[in-house]
Amino acid sequence: MIGTTAILVSGAVLGLGTFGYRVAGPLLRTRFTPSPWTQELMTTGATVLLFALVVTSAVADGREPADLARPAGVLVGGVLAWKRAPFVVVVLAAAGTAALLRLLVR
Amino acid sequence: MDLRRLSEELGPGLLRDIVLVCLAVGVVGVSYGAITVSEGLPVWTPSYFSLVVLAGASQFLFTGIVAAGGSPVAAVVAGLLVNARHLPFGFALADTVRGRPLLGGYLMIDESVAFALAQRDPRVRRVAYFTCGLLLMLCWNVGSLLGALAGTTITDTDALGLDAAFPAVLLALVLPSLRTAGTRRPALLGAAVALALTPFLPAGLPVLFALAGLVLARPGREPA
Repeated sequence: MIGTTAILVSGAVLGLGTFGYRVAGPLLRTRFTPSPWTQELMTTGATVLLFALVVTSAVADGREPADLARPAGVLVGGVLAWKRAPFVVVVLAAAGTAALLRLLVR
Repeated sequence: MDLRRLSEELGPGLLRDIVLVCLAVGVVGVSYGAITVSEGLPVWTPSYFSLVVLAGASQFLFTGIVAAGGSPVAAVVAGLLVNARHLPFGFALADTVRGRPLLGGYLMIDESVAFALAQRDPRVRRVAYFTCGLLLMLCWNVGSLLGALAGTTITDTDALGLDAAFPAVLLALVLPSLRTAGTRRPALLGAAVALALTPFLPAGLPVLFALAGLVLARPGREPA
């Protein structure tokens, strides 16, 4: 399927590329200080990304739609979080809802 | 730093939450290791990838593409697309990891980013970020190794509902900032854009397009 060298090189390229994304911002920060306006925009941007990640990963695997149990679990967790339930409750309720629905449907 | 001081710095609740998420990540790591080896890749592959890449979604994707007969080049490109969101994360967290850009960069993971952004106090934010990042790295690597060695023990974490737990983790952490209109409007527009593009673009790109939602951001102004 794939040889040892190919695995080693693939991992190194993926790892270096990912590390490059990760350190670009922190390394630039050692040379420039962004204005408070820019800093606030970048923080909002990170939140926008995380929320988009929540929504897309709740309903899809790549381009394929996920089963209904997953969005149902995330929704239950989201409602509990909105009602300021403790973090542990939110996480366990989301997992429990999805797991239970799958158990029932199977 | 010992555990008691760490607990004092973060508050016992936050430390417990971080540990909970890291343990869940460890379970996913076990499944990653098991799936990767059961697809026919060498037993050292999961540990190698977990150490040098440390980004779960791209690692699963790599295994999936190679196992389906795709070329390693295509698998690396797909992984780099999925991980591109770390670039904007890095700009948002540059201040948080100041003084340790390399370690801070290495530990940049969705959950460590979300735990950090959920803290208002810059000092707590920094401690939360590094604590969560280090624990995540540890759990992910231990899990990958155990999974690779144990083989097909836990391959279906969907049965445990973990695929619903991780979006819920991130949602719970970003919700407080979504209560202000200045963040909520761009986030809702961004999510709508990402969702609309999801059926048409490769994984990772739709989320990047969510940044278009920032046209509704009004930095420097107190939210209404």
